[in-house]
Amino acid sequence: MSYVRGLKCRECGQAYPEKGVHVCETCFGPLEVQYDYAAMRGKVTRESIAGGPRNLWRYRDLLPIHGEPKVGLHSGMTPLKRARNLERVLGVRELYIKDDSANYPTWSYKERVVSVAITKAIELGYDTVGCASTGNLANSVAAHAAEAGLRAFVMIPHDLEQGKVLGSLIFNPTMVRIKGNYDDVNRLCSEIADKYRWAIVNVNLRPFYTEGAKTFGFEIAEQMGWKLPKHTVCPTAGGTILPKIYKGYREFINLGLVEDNQPRIYSAQAAGCNPVVEAIRAGRDLIKPQKPKTIAKSIAIGNPADGFYVVQAVKESGGWGEDATDSEIVEAIKLLARTEGTWTEPAGGTTLAATIKLIESGRIPRDESICVCITGNGLKTVEVVVDQLALPESIAPSLDAFDALMADRGTAVAAVSAV
Amino acid sequence: MAVKVRIPTPLRSLTNGVDSLDALGTDVQSVLAEVCQRFEGMDKRLFKQPGELNRFVNIYVNNEDIRFMDNLSTPVKDGDDISIVPAIAGG
Repeated sequence: MSYVRGLKCRECGQAYPEKGVHVCETCFGPLEVQYDYAAMRGKVTRESIAGGPRNLWRYRDLLPIHGEPKVGLHSGMTPLKRARNLERVLGVRELYIKDDSANYPTWSYKERVVSVAITKAIELGYDTVGCASTGNLANSVAAHAAEAGLRAFVMIPHDLEQGKVLGSLIFNPTMVRIKGNYDDVNRLCSEIADKYRWAIVNVNLRPFYTEGAKTFGFEIAEQMGWKLPKHTVCPTAGGTILPKIYKGYREFINLGLVEDNQPRIYSAQAAGCNPVVEAIRAGRDLIKPQKPKTIAKSIAIGNPADGFYVVQAVKESGGWGEDATDSEIVEAIKLLARTEGTWTEPAGGTTLAATIKLIESGRIPRDESICVCITGNGLKTVEVVVDQLALPESIAPSLDAFDALMADRGTAVAAVSAV
Repeated sequence: MAVKVRIPTPLRSLTNGVDSLDALGTDVQSVLAEVCQRFEGMDKRLFKQPGELNRFVNIYVNNEDIRFMDNLSTPVKDGDDISIVPAIAGG
């Protein structure tokens, strides 16, 4: 059964039936899915969730679908890793990495939002899906649409990393490269959604799409053994995931599934595109748009639609915002890889770099639990590290050549006595 | 001077389905004032109070967000294109 009770504008409260509706017709505010939480009591339990499938649909009672899930049957339930090596390096007691660089099938957190949006698109009778994307979303839409047998149109800025472009093209969508930045693509897509009868997942399916991001938070809570980290650091681009992780935490608290430890949530942005962090620092709700200039292209959104709600969630929880320069981002990518074996894209580097600064500045205490949200995979953005990693010289396939190389490197060979 | 104003779907219930129209004015404020005058109810949809747009209303002049220019005082000239665009989610 479904607990969904329609849509409601977050700003003015106007109610809407479930449909592919762009924004509130009265005030342009975002629409939020309404659930009957009272009816969930006693029915949505730790046991009911734990007895579900090993994918993000184990949380379907808290997701806005009515029928069976159509895609994403292998998405979600990504690793939550205790990062003991990083704990030592950073001098903190309890650090976790929630690792969506391992999310199937296109290696980012977008599988979560797209699984819900495409299932909903099919429920609502669409045969064509699309998106405005900085790359990861396009990859995910293209892959899931291929599996579902839907037509896909992905709209992206013209200058994305090759891995992100090929990562969509391989699934054979119609790709439209647009001469402009993400904000230009975004604006065009809202006009396309007006004109064509397509399910553009982050435009007219946005109320359903964003709900999928809650599963990132649900998994953290369940995988920690039904408790919440005290501090969660999350990247911010358009502002979808952070408020939804926080909403997921609050839903679990209100359903009695986890104890209320008053979790705090923190926003991480690149210094070259930090409109939300800037607003948090200045203590204002108003987001001043920026022209992005950063290597962290997946989070280079200068005009974040849900930025206001990020500021609200951060403020309400007692969290904060921090940014990282391009070189700090690259250093953090390398640090995460060599300490924990996780290769993330610049968005993840941004989040770890911001976490480090929040710890060093004392905003996050060293003796409380911390979760770093890794939302994308480094293999798609090799450009940012290719100049940083020296290609080793090649040698002849002989032991002599190998010994000479080791001697060169000062690597001592353990003495082996002749038999 | 005539400026073309594009009306997004959520506002077309107020304009009898019209998706773009020509309006007169020297800056964004005066053009929008004419649009509001022509369609009943438009004012409340666009403005929180006089001179202050609702939080989720974005206005573009020739593809540039007016917040990068002079906000509502951004000047417009004959043939310019004003788009009213609701904010949308990231990707």
